[in-house]
Amino acid sequence: MFRHALEILSAWALPLLLAGIPIIALARGVKVYPAFLEGAKQGFETAVRVIPALVAIVVALGMLKASGAMDAFARALAPITGAVGIPASVLPMIIVRPLSGGGALGVAADVLRTEGPDSYAGRLVSVMAGSTETTFYVLAVYMGAIGVTRYRHALPAGLIADAVGFAASVLVVRAVFG
Amino acid sequence: MYQKFALAVAGADNSCMGFIWVLLLAASTLAAAVGGRMDALTGAIASSARTAVELSLGLVGVMTLWLGLMKVAEEAGLVALLARGARPLLRRLFPEVPEGHPALGAMVMNIAANMLGLGNAATPFGIEAMRRLDELNPHRGTASDAQALFCALNTASVQLVPASILALRASAGARSPGDVIGPTLVATACAATAAVVTAKLLARLAPPRPRAGGETTGGA
Repeated sequence: MFRHALEILSAWALPLLLAGIPIIALARGVKVYPAFLEGAKQGFETAVRVIPALVAIVVALGMLKASGAMDAFARALAPITGAVGIPASVLPMIIVRPLSGGGALGVAADVLRTEGPDSYAGRLVSVMAGSTETTFYVLAVYMGAIGVTRYRHALPAGLIADAVGFAASVLVVRAVFG
Repeated sequence: MYQKFALAVAGADNSCMGFIWVLLLAASTLAAAVGGRMDALTGAIASSARTAVELSLGLVGVMTLWLGLMKVAEEAGLVALLARGARPLLRRLFPEVPEGHPALGAMVMNIAANMLGLGNAATPFGIEAMRRLDELNPHRGTASDAQALFCALNTASVQLVPASILALRASAGARSPGDVIGPTLVATACAATAAVVTAKLLARLAPPRPRAGGETTGGA
């Protein structure tokens, strides 16, 4: 039931947004086509802006694999990672996600490319990246902008949110894709 | 004590990432030296760099489509519409913010923009919300309960469509790139709930105390 509802939501979300938003916009008198082109112009720039972080992370992960260090690492951690349902290739996501948005995208790209987007690892890494944020960056920007230097519980709350997001990702991906 | 730690780590965002990065590079080189795989390692360096650029160029199509669509959504007033829906919820989460205070409006717009994945639009609203919340903050330079909760909510990334991940999945040849949307929504809802519960709980356990040497006047 739950699984079925999520599948329908997933299948309908994109086409519905793609058709629905322009229809609403048209009904509200927005010049839809020029507005689309205006926003779309940033697409290339956005993709190019992640190149430095992607190169840094994908090269590091590529080296980790080619050197055999990844295999050794995976073997050493296999009992733990297997027990909680997180493949070794997905582990870097948990370390990198709170620190760097581009880095997290790099980890996701690497897993999707090597294990395939429809594998368990590929889906898990996608859900993990989509459900959490670059906690340290968010705090630095928002607190820094108004000169707050004592964050109090904002950091632990943000990190616990990330941890819960990761755990929930494992449970949901297992429940839905089995 | 942990405030100092928080500042050190958050301020050192890049250097912390740098430390992990250098560790990865050094560990790989060492492992290759021990395992006699230097040739394979050298090959992997060049091919990985090329792959990374190909990956980011693969994002262009979907990102362009999505950012165009989001601009249409913005001009159609959908951000404002979402904001109206989020308002009652926010009033509950931030009871200390008086009705009609501009902080509430800015927070609502920030969360609505985040939900649509409009990161560029969300940040200015978020900073405005923090500035307005600071007007209600008796301890300048120390985060108020509301500010800590608002930041924690932002770190949980409540997003209706994770556009860049979908773009990556599409370019990797996923059968149905959007099949993770539903699971992602459930996971992000759990994360947001955890952020609220933790922030509310910790706010009660550790109320703000004025610093021993008297209040400094923070703020920019």
